[in-house]
Amino acid sequence: MTSQMALSNTRSRAPILTTYAVFVFAFIYLPIVVLIAYSFNRDGVGGFPPRHFTMDWYRQLFADRAIWDAMLNSLIVATASVVLALTLGLLAALALDRASFPGKALFRRLVLLPLILPGIITGLSLLMFAVFMGLPLSLLTVFLGHGTALISVATTELFAGLQKIDRAQEEASLDMGATPWQTFWRITLPNLKLSLIAAGLLIFTLSMDEIAVTFFLIGRDNTLPLEIWGRLRRGITPEINAISTLIFAVSVALIVVWYRVRTRGLGAEPQDLLERS
Amino acid sequence: MYSRAYKSIVSLPPLLWVGLFLLLPYALMFAHSFWLVRDGFLVHQWNLQNYQKLATNPLYVEVLLRTMRIAASVTFLSLLLGYPLAYYLSFHAGARKELLYQLVIVPLWVSYLVRGYAWKTILGSDGVLNGFLQYFHLTHAPVSFLLYSPFAVVVMLTHIYTPFVFLPIYAALEHIPRPLVEASQDLGASQRATFLRVILPLSMPGLLAGATFAFVLSLGDFLAPLLVGGPSGTMIANIVQSLFGAAYDWPLGAAVSVCILLITVTLLFLTERLEKRWSFK
Repeated sequence: MTSQMALSNTRSRAPILTTYAVFVFAFIYLPIVVLIAYSFNRDGVGGFPPRHFTMDWYRQLFADRAIWDAMLNSLIVATASVVLALTLGLLAALALDRASFPGKALFRRLVLLPLILPGIITGLSLLMFAVFMGLPLSLLTVFLGHGTALISVATTELFAGLQKIDRAQEEASLDMGATPWQTFWRITLPNLKLSLIAAGLLIFTLSMDEIAVTFFLIGRDNTLPLEIWGRLRRGITPEINAISTLIFAVSVALIVVWYRVRTRGLGAEPQDLLERS
Repeated sequence: MYSRAYKSIVSLPPLLWVGLFLLLPYALMFAHSFWLVRDGFLVHQWNLQNYQKLATNPLYVEVLLRTMRIAASVTFLSLLLGYPLAYYLSFHAGARKELLYQLVIVPLWVSYLVRGYAWKTILGSDGVLNGFLQYFHLTHAPVSFLLYSPFAVVVMLTHIYTPFVFLPIYAALEHIPRPLVEASQDLGASQRATFLRVILPLSMPGLLAGATFAFVLSLGDFLAPLLVGGPSGTMIANIVQSLFGAAYDWPLGAAVSVCILLITVTLLFLTERLEKRWSFK
């Protein structure tokens, strides 16, 4: 109670800090607001103020086959990456939590590496690997890159989830004669449901947006960010504002879902994995 | 409690996968940096030529130093924006705290590329900012030095990493036991002294984590320079990219990558040690 009073006292005494915070928020949101506003501007990007409202850029966008093909490619890659990263991430989290094997410390660091290293290093390493193995560059190599790099995210989230599970439940299940397999499906997995959903959403979004690793692994078929990238190199078009606004809207929708899941007492930071295991 | 079979079933697949698709590729990068290219073909001949070239060619050293300067500016500015914001939210936002926190997070989910593009449309010579300045008669001709400069790269990267820097600092501030702050004030310390001697030291691990993150990721960025940097904003990762592309010298490119990797890993190692030292336990 006293602390709340103290806080509300200090609150009124910090006009400079409050102004500064408003300024920082303005900086963070300026580009997003500009982006959305100019997606409805008839005269295109640039100039001030935006004058004539139009939906033309959205109409043009919906008629643009290349964008939607790229979108479909991105959805396929992201979905496949979620499946791969969640499966291997779950096993890795179980291994880190429950098994001991030589090189465990190294393994833990290696899994997290793509999360910490600049994307260009992971991307180029995988490019050299693909060439070395004689794999032609295609959506398959992009999927291998995304799926493998994002095991880090899955492992971090699921490891945190495992740490919160009550081990006694599993012990009871095993003691009462359930096989390890049954225990896994009926006790471990249901307990991890929320972590799995949170990790899955995060991996999906990260894969949809990935560009640094994709840049080096892409074949003839573009993902959405690479298609946008290609257009940016040729010049600015408000169609990009329109697709960006749509992506923003979808992201916000996903965040709402993500928070619904996350506020039920979940969440992990990469540091947690390093500290706790 | 868990059988041997259980342990091997959960350990083997990720170990094999990570070994094949992560360890082997990183090792290949390392190996390439000791090979060379002759007449447009890769020769598997072990040597140190690439590293010698890097150390002796002033171009590489110059670009690396510029990259470090840009990364340091981004880190400094992100802290300058992120820390006070985190402090405000943690100590002064009252009931609006949760909502404001979400507001900081939302832009994290907006595509990197889209945010870079937005800055391009803002800073360009016929962009939004120039339109704005001329509309209010603050300038009469377009200001053209904004885009395609190291300045634009710093603005774009600062915009991207401020929320990332904010997050660990905010988490650290939230973990500071409030009675400690009250005790400091009750014992007569000024607000400034309380901040400098209680709050700042206790938030140091978060500050370090955020700073490392911003520095390391800026260091390896090649997209921001391509989007808004222009020739004067070229960074070290662009050199890597061109060596792997048009210049076709993978071994030299790999050697530069290994340097970036070594700088990154050293920094992470150092800050991890520092964070442990500052940890409140």
